[in-house]
Amino acid sequence: MNVRLQMAMVFHLDKCIGCHTCSIACKNVWTDRRGAEYMWWNNVETKPGTGYPTAWEDQDRYRGGWVQGSDGKLRLRGFSKGGTLESIFHQPYLPTIDDYYEPFTYRYQDLFDTPEGADQPTARPVSMITGKPIDIQAGPNWDDDLGGSPVYAENDPNLTHVSEEDKRLLFELERMTFFYVPRICNHCLNPSCVAACPSGAIYKRGEDGVVLINQEACRGWRFCVTACPYKKSYYNWSTGKSEKCILCFPRIETGQAPACFHSCVGRIRYFGGLLYDADKLPAAASVPEGELVDAHRGIILNPNDPAVVAGARKNGLGPDVIEACRRSPVYQYVIDWKLALPLHAEFRTIPMLFYVPPLMPVMATVENGAYDTTETGLFGVVDNMRLPITYLARLFSAGNEGHVRYALKKQIAVRAHRRMVTVGDLDRDAVTSMMQEVGADAAELDAIYRLTSLPTEKERYVIPPSHREEAEQMLKTDVLRAKGETGFGFLERPVRGT
Amino acid sequence: MVFTIDTLLFQVLPYVPVALFIIEAIRRYRQRPFSYSSLSSQFLEGDRLFIGSVPWHYGILFVLGGHLFAFLFPRELIAFGSVPWRLLILEVTALIGGLVSLIGLVELTIRRLTRDRIRAVTNVMDLVVLGVLLTQVGLGVYIALTMRWGSMWFATIMAPYLKSVVLLQPNVDLVSVLPWVIKLHIVGAYVFLAILPYSRLVHMLVWPVHYLFRRPQVVIWNAEPGSLRSTGEPERGG
Repeated sequence: MNVRLQMAMVFHLDKCIGCHTCSIACKNVWTDRRGAEYMWWNNVETKPGTGYPTAWEDQDRYRGGWVQGSDGKLRLRGFSKGGTLESIFHQPYLPTIDDYYEPFTYRYQDLFDTPEGADQPTARPVSMITGKPIDIQAGPNWDDDLGGSPVYAENDPNLTHVSEEDKRLLFELERMTFFYVPRICNHCLNPSCVAACPSGAIYKRGEDGVVLINQEACRGWRFCVTACPYKKSYYNWSTGKSEKCILCFPRIETGQAPACFHSCVGRIRYFGGLLYDADKLPAAASVPEGELVDAHRGIILNPNDPAVVAGARKNGLGPDVIEACRRSPVYQYVIDWKLALPLHAEFRTIPMLFYVPPLMPVMATVENGAYDTTETGLFGVVDNMRLPITYLARLFSAGNEGHVRYALKKQIAVRAHRRMVTVGDLDRDAVTSMMQEVGADAAELDAIYRLTSLPTEKERYVIPPSHREEAEQMLKTDVLRAKGETGFGFLERPVRGT
Repeated sequence: MVFTIDTLLFQVLPYVPVALFIIEAIRRYRQRPFSYSSLSSQFLEGDRLFIGSVPWHYGILFVLGGHLFAFLFPRELIAFGSVPWRLLILEVTALIGGLVSLIGLVELTIRRLTRDRIRAVTNVMDLVVLGVLLTQVGLGVYIALTMRWGSMWFATIMAPYLKSVVLLQPNVDLVSVLPWVIKLHIVGAYVFLAILPYSRLVHMLVWPVHYLFRRPQVVIWNAEPGSLRSTGEPERGG
């Protein structure tokens, strides 16, 4: 057993209101620069929809992630090692800026400088690349709230597994529905971007599992952009280097949640440590698709298990770190409650960002002014949702409908239980049978309710201490000098080389 | 010894770019590692790049490899070319390589000058690089077409000359009899070497051959695993 710490995340989609505050927080802190204008390390997508970049989930087109060969071994979907060097002069599967959008601004000064005339002056849109006027073809969130559905939502790659009949119903006006999927880098345990980097510039930090690109070692070969199946590695066209979400590591090293978490209005985000067994990699990603979610859960270790604690101590994880892992909301959602699921586990990168699938607006019947909550109706709605379960299973459990159905049923059970407790109009036997079906007792449902609806910031973000002071000592720098000089010194500006 | 323009160009000049190349490439690598990049523009424009970049890179690698082979193994090359049909094949192949790289380079130049997005990421040095490369490859193709049989006289004249340069005893007499076009091509090679460390051409120095030999995953610890975070006590309360 090789115990390591991974900073992991849960996004509770049932709580996401799609306000994009997370995206703006990230944009303002990290990507408001030339060459990075088009990058959204954090973006929020409407589902069904094609997302950003367009149809990123279509791996026949972009060739991201891993595939399992007939010998059971994993290989990158895009290129072999030799193929990488072969295609280095032109990469066939690389998205271009038009697959994202051409960044634009407006000539606001024209509004002031235009001489008086018969027409109102306008601020023309100009490209932020060329500076010339452009016709805007797409934006960072072009299909928000099902905008342009016939072009976008209907081409959602996940709908390939949905029957024609269901698809037709999906886009019937009265039934139409959607939900939001906020996405950041998943900081995977088996990252394909790392494996695809010809320069070896991308690495996973041993201490907390954050995946980073060494900007000084990156040579702009762009294979990470193709290899990341989530398209969360971006090529900076100005500096000629690839960049990605850094999980705000300067913040988490000082005990603060990343900017997108911190700013989340809906409080949908949970952040905490997971202990995992690095010896089980990449075996956990080499199982048949339907078993992937279970295999992912299988490498996560129980921080209360004495053997795990001993292993963690052996690898230098302090008691306070282990204690933080015990209180990790991520561990509760993913392992204890089995509510949170990985996005597209079939990409086999073992993402460390988990999603609680949304309880879509159900096709509820209204009786006597209340939603139908009889025992026949309640769990029935899981299969009567406006979005077919096959669709959600494509997204969150590599096609295994059981995991999604369980997570949805459990959320409904929480609601039923809490309604019974607070309103008292539900039949106790019916609720008990629901609880039995999801295998949860009242205490567990209360705990889910509490962490879902009423968590404090300290409960949502349980960040193990980084102990920078010890890292400083280990790096054999003079600690007192480091204290006085941190933040000062000379850095090379990130400008394009010649 | 009479000091002529040839002495300057072929006896003194060679050492300036070589020195520049070695010193500057290392200095830049150590002091400004961020500036080492392929500076790929495929992200902004892919289709035209394909038409240009692929023939250019494969063509020029083949041609440069040919030059290197002729320099390292002149005897073997002459022996191979002593049979007329083999010589013909050799020369035609080399010429095709040169033409392929030239076509790719011309395409890349047109793309860079006409596409707005590509012009946005073009600086003066990029244009200098294109100028030098166009001149150099153009001269090379012209020489291959008009001054046969290049592989043979390269092996008998250029290989010994380059060897004399490498051995620090440059023999100008070997090259001073050559036509000016060839002399220009040689000088062009020195200019190329001189601008290499100052331009985007440095990307050829960091061609990632080590990728073939590394393990798929890279994990970096700030310190030895096991030595960190060992003293922290559990937090009390909440």
